[in-house]
Amino acid sequence: MAAEIIVDVTKTFPGRTSIRASFRYPVESSTVLILFGPSGSGKTTILRSVAGLEWPEEGTIQFVSRTWLDTASRITVPPQDRHIGYMAQDYALFPNYSVAGNIAYGLGDLTPAGRTARVQEMVELFHLTGLEDARPRELSGGQQQRVALARAVAPRPQLLLLDEPLSALDAPTRAQLRGELRGLLKQLSLPSIIVTHDWAEALTLGDVMAVMHEGTILQVGTPQEVFSRPANADVARVVGVETVVQGTLVDVREGLATVRVGDMSLTAVAAGNISSDVFVCIRAEDVTLEPIGAGLTSARNHLQGTVGAVASLGALARVTIDCGFPLVAVITRSALTELGLTIGTAVRASFKAGSVHLIPRR
Amino acid sequence: MNWIAIWVTFKLASLTAASLLIIGLPIAYWLAYSTWRWKFVVESIVALPLVLPPTVLGFYILVAIGPHSPVGRFYTDLVGHPLPFTFEGLLLASILYSLPFAVQPFATAFEQVDRRLIEASWTLGLSKVKTFFKLILPLSMAGLITGAVLSFAHTLGEFGVVLMVGGNIEGVTRTVSIDIYDEVQALNYAGAAKTAAFLLVISYLVLLLVYAMNRKVWAVWPQK
Repeated sequence: MAAEIIVDVTKTFPGRTSIRASFRYPVESSTVLILFGPSGSGKTTILRSVAGLEWPEEGTIQFVSRTWLDTASRITVPPQDRHIGYMAQDYALFPNYSVAGNIAYGLGDLTPAGRTARVQEMVELFHLTGLEDARPRELSGGQQQRVALARAVAPRPQLLLLDEPLSALDAPTRAQLRGELRGLLKQLSLPSIIVTHDWAEALTLGDVMAVMHEGTILQVGTPQEVFSRPANADVARVVGVETVVQGTLVDVREGLATVRVGDMSLTAVAAGNISSDVFVCIRAEDVTLEPIGAGLTSARNHLQGTVGAVASLGALARVTIDCGFPLVAVITRSALTELGLTIGTAVRASFKAGSVHLIPRR
Repeated sequence: MNWIAIWVTFKLASLTAASLLIIGLPIAYWLAYSTWRWKFVVESIVALPLVLPPTVLGFYILVAIGPHSPVGRFYTDLVGHPLPFTFEGLLLASILYSLPFAVQPFATAFEQVDRRLIEASWTLGLSKVKTFFKLILPLSMAGLITGAVLSFAHTLGEFGVVLMVGGNIEGVTRTVSIDIYDEVQALNYAGAAKTAAFLLVISYLVLLLVYAMNRKVWAVWPQK
């Protein structure tokens, strides 16, 4: 039997949309699965069910060769016996233990010497040297996050579950830790499932991504696939970003970055230190379309192309423009009519430098 | 001042508090974490001594442990003498009488431990019992001390139950409150005043300790 995670569960909460989620994917040593969706979509419930902290009324959860839940044959494995590392959104550090005490908490099976060695190893890996004796309340948000992760990883779990690992942090710290977390997850070579509603996190951290909306899983694929080719209008709405292409950073000057995408050159606002290989992300709502020959607006990016596809989204329309790469714009139906856009029409797409988001690509 | 009565009283109060620390923990744990729908029935029973007149409680305990009840007969066969009007009988009655004063602060303290911390402990592989001793108990320390001190203080001042179950045997079951009553009956107001003042000061000091230590919560009535 291939190493797989199989989740097929139904869970209802009184007065809320019931959750019916089903997915399976192969687990390799360092696969990161992203459960992506807006709040209330049921992604945390799925994660907690995998952790054994929530009990779906019906369904099965299997991890590799072990069955953790099978309501039909009344198999319920408690969280203690699943050998998982779980990190809650607010980290849930034990206030009555020091940093070292928190990390050692789950190491009761080791000898005292083994425990000390493992704690030391974790302290070094997670850059916590000097903080061993500090209490959780004395730590910054980023430090707390690293302690929580170290505590979850210390007992060598077979699966790591992270619930919104970065959402409790302020924006600059979040951007910095996103990259660090990616590096750590690869270093740990441990399969993980990460819940997030942040598309930058999904792109940075994920190998596989499952999009959840109103309790069901709408699409499973690589993050780039899901973002750039949403399976349907619901997915497109949930993920919100529709143009994700690979680019290369060629220049940064006066806070503006120049990125090459194929033969095209785009201007983006440079944020932080970024590697040269990037994902270029543009939200469809940020792209405006004008007829060729109209006066240039103040936007930094103007691309000429032809309409490749038009799809209706009710009052809105989703237009894919072929301009060296597929660029998606969402405009109103009336604008579509005014511009007379049909497949093959030449059009100019404009968007501001601030609308071009660069995400480091590993 | 009747030092013998004071000694009996402190012995009774200390043993009551110590017993409740042992008996009260599992009851409080169950009350704090059970999701049983009829839990309130048990909660009400535990709280009953708060509202019941001590004489009523004392009466039922007396009947329950008396020589005509199965419990009383079993005890008599086992030990050789009946339970009423002994120190052990009085201790049993005190434990029941002070039960809510220990269990409610314990349960409140357990309930205030963040559920997510408990879940984190489980996912780190610790059983429910280990989680209780390594996490819940240390985080509930203030509530445990409050419960123990309150049941101690409550036992110091108990009167009706002692009179019903313990009687008034010098050196065995005559507590300070009974002693004061006897002094007043004998019109020895000076003696009563001294003992009463002593009890007042001790009770106040005990409560002072509880409040100073536990400024956030007045834990006799769970705050929800």
